Amino acid sequence: MDGFLDYFGSLDPSLFVSALPGNIAQGILWGIMALGVYITFRILNFADLTVDGSFATGGAVTAIMLMNGAPIWVAMLVAFLAGITAGLVTGLLHTLLGIPDILSGILSQIALYPINLHIMNKFSNMSIRVDNYGMVFTSDSEKFNICGLVMSMRDVYTAIIVAAVIAIIIMAVMYWYFGTEQGSAIRATGANPKMAAAQGININIDKIIALALSNGLVAFSGSLLAQYQGFADVNMGRGSIVIGLAAVIIGQVIGEAIFRKNFNFILRLTFVVVGGILYYLVMGVVLWLKMPPEDLKLFTAIIVAIFLAVPYLRGKSKNSFKKVARMNKKIAKLEDESNA
Amino acid sequence: MLEIKDVYKTFNKGTVNEKTALNGVDLKLNDGDFCTIIGGNGAGKSTMLNAIAGVWPVDRGVIFLGDKDVTGLPEHKRASYLGRVFQDPMMGTVADMEIIENLAIAARRGKKRTLMWNVTKAEKEKYREMLAQFDLGLENRMTSKVGLLSGGQRQAITLLMATIKKPQLLLLDEHTAALDPKTAAKVLELSDKIIEENKLTALMVTHNMHDAIAHGNRLIMMNNGKIIFDIQGEEKKKLKTSDLLEKFSVASGGQELDNDRMLLSK
Repeated sequence: MDGFLDYFGSLDPSLFVSALPGNIAQGILWGIMALGVYITFRILNFADLTVDGSFATGGAVTAIMLMNGAPIWVAMLVAFLAGITAGLVTGLLHTLLGIPDILSGILSQIALYPINLHIMNKFSNMSIRVDNYGMVFTSDSEKFNICGLVMSMRDVYTAIIVAAVIAIIIMAVMYWYFGTEQGSAIRATGANPKMAAAQGININIDKIIALALSNGLVAFSGSLLAQYQGFADVNMGRGSIVIGLAAVIIGQVIGEAIFRKNFNFILRLTFVVVGGILYYLVMGVVLWLKMPPEDLKLFTAIIVAIFLAVPYLRGKSKNSFKKVARMNKKIAKLEDESNA
Repeated sequence: MLEIKDVYKTFNKGTVNEKTALNGVDLKLNDGDFCTIIGGNGAGKSTMLNAIAGVWPVDRGVIFLGDKDVTGLPEHKRASYLGRVFQDPMMGTVADMEIIENLAIAARRGKKRTLMWNVTKAEKEKYREMLAQFDLGLENRMTSKVGLLSGGQRQAITLLMATIKKPQLLLLDEHTAALDPKTAAKVLELSDKIIEENKLTALMVTHNMHDAIAHGNRLIMMNNGKIIFDIQGEEKKKLKTSDLLEKFSVASGGQELDNDRMLLSK
């Protein structure tokens, strides 16, 4: 008992509060990554595991280009294009060579690991120090550099604002794109490929486009995270698909609970990012409770499992064999009593 | 309009499940023909429609739509010439998209999909009028998700999608088989109306002999991947189900028509 009291006594609420802004910033960044996952997982109905590789590709490209003196804008654009290429390869493996979706993603993911190492000149880790590059968005005139980093954890509040603005722009573009003729065709391809083909849509091309866009977005968010944390690491994408799925699923469960039938497309996109933030808040709580950091992925898996299970179990509780059996027993008992 | 010459298709070649589904099919449809197709299970009715739609390549033979040889074209390229309605009401529409979005996708069949908005304002009015003709109240639910509709309503939408951009050939693959009798009759009536008003050329597969006789100007019967009976015009009008049963018995070499579904639905 004393142990418990000691444990709770040692938890300092101010530590949790001070970690809050950082968690929110990371949550938005991973939310942007999750928007990419949303394109494949929800819109295309394709469980794409390429992202674990392409996320790190985004960071690696950004780091090496900055080191070679490229402006950040160019570095971010090339990171985006590198991600698009990765998605393209997965798409071709799947459509041209007939490899099943999960497997083609895994192949790309594995292939990207050495490629990412090559991109970073065989360094597994490269720092992008904000002191060396400066920042684009900052109130500190000494650090201002139009070609500097877009964000850094050194200035968390600015990072939150910049990340949020970028997320909003991306959501707006996605909202527009998936309302166009091309975007609608992709949605049809994901939801009902037979109908899509009957309506003259080349479903292979549309799958490739969606995979490319998704991985482009994932690599772009990898570039942002590398800047935020001040380094790119060849392992930074490991497990990112699970975090992306966590954000998508947490956002969906909570959004549906709040908006029910009015949960439209723009709200869905918004709640993907909200899901990312909530995920990092939960992680913040877990760390604050002094759970060992090396077990974080374990908690991630548990959280995702819970959020995946909740809608299923809720549906089942409304519609279960046990419930009918219980009800019938009750009725039989009542009848017995009235007969007696 | 449609010409099929000597088309063959065998599934699962070289395995125990080998099945010759089309065994030398020849068929020529004239402009404006509304042809019903009847036959037992595995006769090759749906397979013939899938061959025309290009779901897979045929083993041998030629398929012409108009003057165009489409035998070498994949499904999505042939789609610009065709309108299709399937047996499964879930198959022809996207449940998670609005009625109007489904219609807009169909209206762009055969066109390049651009970065323009998928549903324009001008279209909305046009679709509203089209839906109003159906008399199903769908014109007031244009932004509802198709998944909320009944099977019959979904088939009506699919029918409209198949004909919204006038196809050279309309393929109806047992499109009322999954509906209750009353809804099926309504959808069939709708099909008749659309085909007549737009002067469409159509192929309709059915299990129901009565429907096969009552609709269209031409009837073909299939058995074992071949067309065994082809009747049109005045002769078809006089046709009775008993005639069909007899024809089947003669044409298939004394084989009994042992298909419950076909017998029960006469």
